[in-house]
Amino acid sequence: MTLTTDEFVPSSGNDDGAAQLLTEQEQQWVDKFMDETTLFLGPDPAIMRHHEIMPRTAYEEKCISEGIDPLEIDRIRKRLAGALDEAFEMCESMGAAPGAKWADLSCAVYTAEGDVTYLSNRGVIAFSSVLHHPIRYIMKNWKDEPTVGINEGDGFFHNDSRFGMVHNTDQSMLVPVIRGGVIIAWVGATIHEGENGACEPGGMPSGSETPFDDGLRASPIKIVEKGHLRRDLLTFLQHSTRDPKLMLADIKVKMGAVRRIMDTVDRLIDEVGQETFVASLRVTVEDVETEVRRRIGELPDGTVTFNQFVDSTLKENILIKFACKITIKGERMIVDLTGTGPEILNRAINSPLASTKAFMVQAILSYWWPDLPRSTGAMSPIEVITEEHSWADAGYDAPVGQSLQASFRGFSALQSAFAKMQFSAPQKYSNVVAPWFNQINDFLWGGTTQNGEQVGNLCADLNGMGGGAKAFRDGEDAVAPLFCAMADIGEQEVMEEEVPFLQLVSKRLVRDNQGFGKFRGGMGYEMMVASRGTPSWGFMTVTSGSKFSSVPGMFGGYGCPVYPLAMVKNVNIYDIIKKDPTQFNLSMERVMNEQPFEGGDYQSSHMGLQFDVAKEGELYMIAQGAGGGYGDVLERDPELVVTDLELDRISAHTASTMYGVVWEPGTYVVHEEQTAQLRAQMRRDRISRGTPYKEFVQKFVQEEPPAELHYFGSWGQDDDENLIATHWGGAEPERVKGKLAELPLIMVPDRRVLKITKLEARVRELEKKYGEVVAHKS
Amino acid sequence: MRVPMTEYLLIDLDTERWICRICAHDFGDARGNYKEGTLVYDRDPTEIHPPVIDPEKYEFTFSPDPTFCRILEFYCPTCGTQIEAEYLPPGHPPTVDMLWDIDSLREKWEIHGGNPEEVINYGPGENAETDLSAQFDTSSAHSHAHRTEGH
Repeated sequence: MTLTTDEFVPSSGNDDGAAQLLTEQEQQWVDKFMDETTLFLGPDPAIMRHHEIMPRTAYEEKCISEGIDPLEIDRIRKRLAGALDEAFEMCESMGAAPGAKWADLSCAVYTAEGDVTYLSNRGVIAFSSVLHHPIRYIMKNWKDEPTVGINEGDGFFHNDSRFGMVHNTDQSMLVPVIRGGVIIAWVGATIHEGENGACEPGGMPSGSETPFDDGLRASPIKIVEKGHLRRDLLTFLQHSTRDPKLMLADIKVKMGAVRRIMDTVDRLIDEVGQETFVASLRVTVEDVETEVRRRIGELPDGTVTFNQFVDSTLKENILIKFACKITIKGERMIVDLTGTGPEILNRAINSPLASTKAFMVQAILSYWWPDLPRSTGAMSPIEVITEEHSWADAGYDAPVGQSLQASFRGFSALQSAFAKMQFSAPQKYSNVVAPWFNQINDFLWGGTTQNGEQVGNLCADLNGMGGGAKAFRDGEDAVAPLFCAMADIGEQEVMEEEVPFLQLVSKRLVRDNQGFGKFRGGMGYEMMVASRGTPSWGFMTVTSGSKFSSVPGMFGGYGCPVYPLAMVKNVNIYDIIKKDPTQFNLSMERVMNEQPFEGGDYQSSHMGLQFDVAKEGELYMIAQGAGGGYGDVLERDPELVVTDLELDRISAHTASTMYGVVWEPGTYVVHEEQTAQLRAQMRRDRISRGTPYKEFVQKFVQEEPPAELHYFGSWGQDDDENLIATHWGGAEPERVKGKLAELPLIMVPDRRVLKITKLEARVRELEKKYGEVVAHKS
Repeated sequence: MRVPMTEYLLIDLDTERWICRICAHDFGDARGNYKEGTLVYDRDPTEIHPPVIDPEKYEFTFSPDPTFCRILEFYCPTCGTQIEAEYLPPGHPPTVDMLWDIDSLREKWEIHGGNPEEVINYGPGENAETDLSAQFDTSSAHSHAHRTEGH
């Protein structure tokens, strides 16, 4: 495969200096040969590794030089924003994908070179902000390619995140704006479609072990030719996934939405002229970049470090680091991910660099500077240092089916660190806020519906993440996913008409599921599902954070708890409830602790569940996550504590031992004096049990992780270039150390094989113990 | 001039020291790591996040696994305020989370001309207006307990 042709450095095979360099003619021959013999055009590093806005083209320069009226440009922006919002609503109203119905989409206008000028106000910023990559790919490779070309009415489709996409569940429609044979802009729509033919239904396979398990791998292809949907390619796409109806419907929806944006674009160009239109797109991108530099300059110079530790490959528990140091110097900002653990070549959690950066844009435009026009210019001035083949910057051969595990950490790194970066800034554009929850604690599902259709997708509950506490108020419960400020958690009853399972418990808050603090994080709720009336069905879950909290708190506040997956197999809850309706009193706590259903197999596990066949009435239970808390728990208003207690949001144990509140049982009246005394004592207890830092470090800090921990990443922050990893080169895992490029390829053995090996050893041990002679044949 | 840098920490630009905003405790050189002036406690995370489902029956319970995760609590040695709570693998060095360029900080505030303790707030919106001045300067707030429990 040729990744790129323009970065190819010809060599005669002899390093003997200038005398051996190719002549111009020879270079042309080599270039021609390479162009004609390229096996195929994969992701182009010259495109994929850069997020900066493109230099002005000669045409843009000409358009701008003709003069700019800022008021007119503002009017154009507002018209575009209106058109994009209208297109957004079209996708939301007509989209067949569950994600579309809950705002998991976005629409955008791009410059001719692919820089995002403006996104719809609602929707997922990250979706559109990554699409400069495929546009540049199309412009570089297909514009002058005789078998493809770009003409009026054409539309390009792609979903492979290695070409620039948040993840492979998303599908785009990119359409050029052409005047006089010249491409002057692009418009596009992207929807989280879900099902994509991956090794598991729903498009986000936690079980993928190679890129081929990730499902459809569409590089940018021309699916619409001069206004007509190409049926041969459409058929291919429909045959490649489990839900052909979804594929057809939403390609048409995106075509319609893009057409609506084009109507406004056409009218605008007629009204203001082509040059003014092009100038306005370009100036917007440049203005945002200029403003971002100025805002960086308002922040204090220094370095903020925020490390995250992720506890799962989604098949087994490990601990892999997402390191991040953010340095500000004047108007420069450098985000350095050195120290981040290596890619794991047979696990789904790796993320392409562009996807990781897309979620950095999400943090910048949603949580740092939400007032800015949503443009590529927002990320452009920020320098990012990563190492290719880390799990946040995965190589071509790494599976990326659940890339959100790494890319969401790119979001959290920027969102969380910003509280410290901006705290002392005199001018703020967003509130000081604790970390947002960052996992999609949700059920994915697939199988045959009660209507006889094959489907694979997910519940809307991924949009119910708990918000981080603000510096002056509690975080909001189940308010919004980190990737979409105004998403919806859907109407379960509506969904039940289309899918064969019920949410027997839905949206019930779990007591103590909080990030405690002076202001607590928004809470998450529990969900309990069971299939019904289907010949074949299954569920999956795709998140980490069952052993190590996914988000911490801020300035003394605590993070979220961890989240298990709980299941009761070998029961039919519908039969049980029919026989005894009092058993409908369901909660994860009661069901798992009391084990009330005879014959049930009660299980808990981490939240990486590969497609699990769900027989009718078997229970699957999870909880949505909480946002981080803000500030010292002992500063929380006691009245807020007893309010949470009265509403059963926290336990009495938490109210007294965590928050130090004394109250009158029954009336929930706070005993102020006793509370003050208890809190004063708790502060004295802290001073008494705390150890001076240097003494503590001497005792606590170890040279390397505990031996039994399968660890990946730097240890500490003084030597982030040197990583620790766990390598299964032989029968037992061994710890390896070195720079990323020096480490062996990391692959994790099949956990079922390991379990069988362990059980076989135990069998032999027992045979020996009891003197039983068994001939074992392999 | 004192600059609020976090909810509980100021930097005094005259002395170049990290100062507790609550009680004036001196945490050390403002060009260095404030954590060096704190007391630290290695908290078992199950004490903060108690199990919801029975740990005797199940491995995964809503409580973090202490062999994967510890919570380091950083306290002010004088007033006992919890300044930071850091989630770390056991034995991992505490993160040096903030290092500031003091010369630049001073220069920026000199150019700004305002008093940081009066200017800085939590961001846009009326309810984000706040008083981030040093608590130890307010005579009515000398009693920390009175300040925090006086709602």
